[in-house]
Amino acid sequence: MSAVLTIAGYGFREAVRRKVFAVVLVLTAVFLFLFWLASHYVFGQLSSISPPADVHVDTRTFAGAFLLGLAMFATLFLGVVLAVFLTLGVVSGDAERGLLQPLVVRPVGRATLLLSRFLGAGIVCVVYVLAVYGIALGIIDAAGHWTPPAIAAPGLELAGGVVIVIALSLVGSVVLSSTANGIAIFMLFGAGLVAGLLGTIGHALNSHTIQHASTIAAWALPFEALYQDGLRLISGSATGVTSFLLQLGPFGGAYIHGWQIRVWAAAYLAIALAVALLAFRRRDL
Amino acid sequence: MPHALAVEGLEKRYGPVRALKGVDLAVEEGELVGLLGPNGAGKSTLVKIAAGLVRPTRGRAEIAGSRAGSRAARAGLGYLAELFRFPGWYSADEVLELHQRLARSNGGAAERTRLLELVALADARDRRVDGMSKGMQQRLGVAQALVGSPRVLLLDEPTSALDPVGRRTVRLLLEELRTRGVSVLLNSHLLSEIELVCDRVAILLAGELVAAGSPAELSRPRGIELETEEGVRTVEGASREDAPRLVAEAVAAGRKVYGVRVLTSTLEETYLEAVGGETS
Repeated sequence: MSAVLTIAGYGFREAVRRKVFAVVLVLTAVFLFLFWLASHYVFGQLSSISPPADVHVDTRTFAGAFLLGLAMFATLFLGVVLAVFLTLGVVSGDAERGLLQPLVVRPVGRATLLLSRFLGAGIVCVVYVLAVYGIALGIIDAAGHWTPPAIAAPGLELAGGVVIVIALSLVGSVVLSSTANGIAIFMLFGAGLVAGLLGTIGHALNSHTIQHASTIAAWALPFEALYQDGLRLISGSATGVTSFLLQLGPFGGAYIHGWQIRVWAAAYLAIALAVALLAFRRRDL
Repeated sequence: MPHALAVEGLEKRYGPVRALKGVDLAVEEGELVGLLGPNGAGKSTLVKIAAGLVRPTRGRAEIAGSRAGSRAARAGLGYLAELFRFPGWYSADEVLELHQRLARSNGGAAERTRLLELVALADARDRRVDGMSKGMQQRLGVAQALVGSPRVLLLDEPTSALDPVGRRTVRLLLEELRTRGVSVLLNSHLLSEIELVCDRVAILLAGELVAAGSPAELSRPRGIELETEEGVRTVEGASREDAPRLVAEAVAAGRKVYGVRVLTSTLEETYLEAVGGETS
């Protein structure tokens, strides 16, 4: 346990030194300020929005779910940025710089080393994601007196998505150089988001082909599926036209959801970690 | 009693390149063995396999009877890589503290003080690695390798960045380690250094062991030089043991002997002969 804490602390100090936290905190502060501004004006002008009389739209729920969906997207993005920069060079990068070899020959072993780095990055990212998500919830509640029907689960799913990205980044750090790994993970993240949007379009157009492609992408990249499931949960109180309008937007929610995808996400995380450990065990340094 | 370090039939391939072609080598307890060879001979690969950083393609490498790279092997091992770096924001003391924790050493501050004194870095205890010269970092690397009092030490070019004083510090340190029974495999390009401190020398060439023995064994006799009134005569192939007989024969033959000198080849000459002038 002492070795785990030592290595996790080592990674943490490295991140502080490389100003990873400073950059992410500045970006987060900018985002939260803009988000507060947007929430303030949107909810302030809610009374002036008048949909047609025969169309019943719950404007507060629509605005709240839409804004929180936006906040969740930004939180996921910032969380992924933090996750990638904490882990992209854990193996290849540190080995190239000669930082890793003196640590690996110590009795702690490669598995402990890698899992400690995973644990360190995971704790930091989970705390970060939950904090930003919680602040966004607070801003919406303060600005518009709206809270989603599910509060904890969407935040935990977002955090889970980021943890999966950490595991993928660790796999990449064993087999790719730092730069290549960073590019690969951000492209995977982008591919996941595009697949999620494609799913929304596919359902709006009733295109089975697009829906099928989106479903495959959701299972292949479950961090995106967890994020989508989180979106579904925050808009659970919307009904009728309000729900339909939310479904048409970019923060509409998942078509693959429920316990199946959560269990698969947990299994996917375990598999990714096992692959990373196996690859690291076989890697010459 | 297992060897402190033993490799048998060790082979390593990097794609089409055969870095090691079946090397056998043993280091006994308390023995200091020097590894020589031109660039690309496979010296660092051998050391990395022994440290568990590189997997052998074939063959066996053991540290005190445990498979190289296993937890048991790593527990009694100290290693200084050829190319290494410590986090620049750590102080010398923090680097050693980090390695104490990872090596599960309970030596505490006293061990760190002793190690920093051993490598003449006591005054730089709180200096950050970023602010150290290359030589200081290398000495800190040597101190790091000694954390936890390892029984086997693998040093890959430990003096490459050191000035003559730093080299002497490391040489004295190695001699002290030998008296404590620590086994050392020293990979170095500095023949004089190897000759001064090592009990045995192994010369690698293109992944093969081409010569091994004590520096004295490798420094083969080249003959006896006899100075008489007729001038200087060299008796090739004669050894130190032949000197009294040669002198007696010369005197018996009525010669006046003014001097006699035993000629031996230096380790450098033996090395150059073994590697055939190869540099890479």
